[in-house]
Amino acid sequence: MIEVLVSILLLMGAAFMVLASVGVLRLPDLPTRMHATTKASALGAMLTMAGVAFHFGDSTVVARAVAIVVFIFLTAPIAAHVIGRAGYFTGVKLWEGTVKDELRERYDVRLNRLESGPEADEQPASPEHKSSNPD
Amino acid sequence: MIGLFWNLLLALAWVTLTGSVTAMNLLAGLLFGYAALMVLQNQVPVLKGYSRRIPRLTAFLVYFLKELVKSNLKVAYDVATPVWHMRPGVIAFPLRAETDMEILFISSVISLTPGTLSLDVSDDRKVLFIHAMFLHDEEELRSDLRELERRVLKVMR
Repeated sequence: MIEVLVSILLLMGAAFMVLASVGVLRLPDLPTRMHATTKASALGAMLTMAGVAFHFGDSTVVARAVAIVVFIFLTAPIAAHVIGRAGYFTGVKLWEGTVKDELRERYDVRLNRLESGPEADEQPASPEHKSSNPD
Repeated sequence: MIGLFWNLLLALAWVTLTGSVTAMNLLAGLLFGYAALMVLQNQVPVLKGYSRRIPRLTAFLVYFLKELVKSNLKVAYDVATPVWHMRPGVIAFPLRAETDMEILFISSVISLTPGTLSLDVSDDRKVLFIHAMFLHDEEELRSDLRELERRVLKVMR
């Protein structure tokens, strides 16, 4: 019974890893590729580690598997953010199917400034909303 | 945060005093420490609301895992089928989070969920720029992100 569960988890993990690499090959531009690698590989690693933990069922192995998953979840989004940001600001072209880009017009290349734009005006409204609905 | 630290410290004290270093005993120590902090939290200001935070954290983790699987299936479907269904774009999302830690946590969680990737924070730290993969319905995406942020802040504050 436990072997079936372990096999399913390992196969699913491997499948997500394969999808992540296919995504890197197929997707058209840098940010969409980052989508494929961050999410699919994080989930793939998590499923594989769950399979390992169930297979050994030993507390030291389980602790290490949990630690590996935690570290992947801590580091993967930061790496994706840094790569995506560096790519965007060094002028990598977005895919032609991109529907909107609210960042471009607010970024001052000469001064290296990033304006917050009209959305910042929504900010004062939010604490008011929160105090009217205390939790 | 400090409550979690005290809980761990109490669990370690329990393990050393009972003299058996096993996972089950550590778990028992954590449970007793949690109960002790639950009694103490009304007297000690830094511990205020600690016992409420753990169930919220669990609820958040369940919600987060659900979203993670959902987002992966969506992205996987688009990668595996020959036609592109995605409509990528960059949107500006006003933040309610204020401290560095809250912004870090929210942008990380956003990077890990439904076809969204945080690109940058504006200089005044009020707006987060997000690259989204499925911009078919921007209002829906924004309300989903708002819901996610609300849940994160509930755990953090």
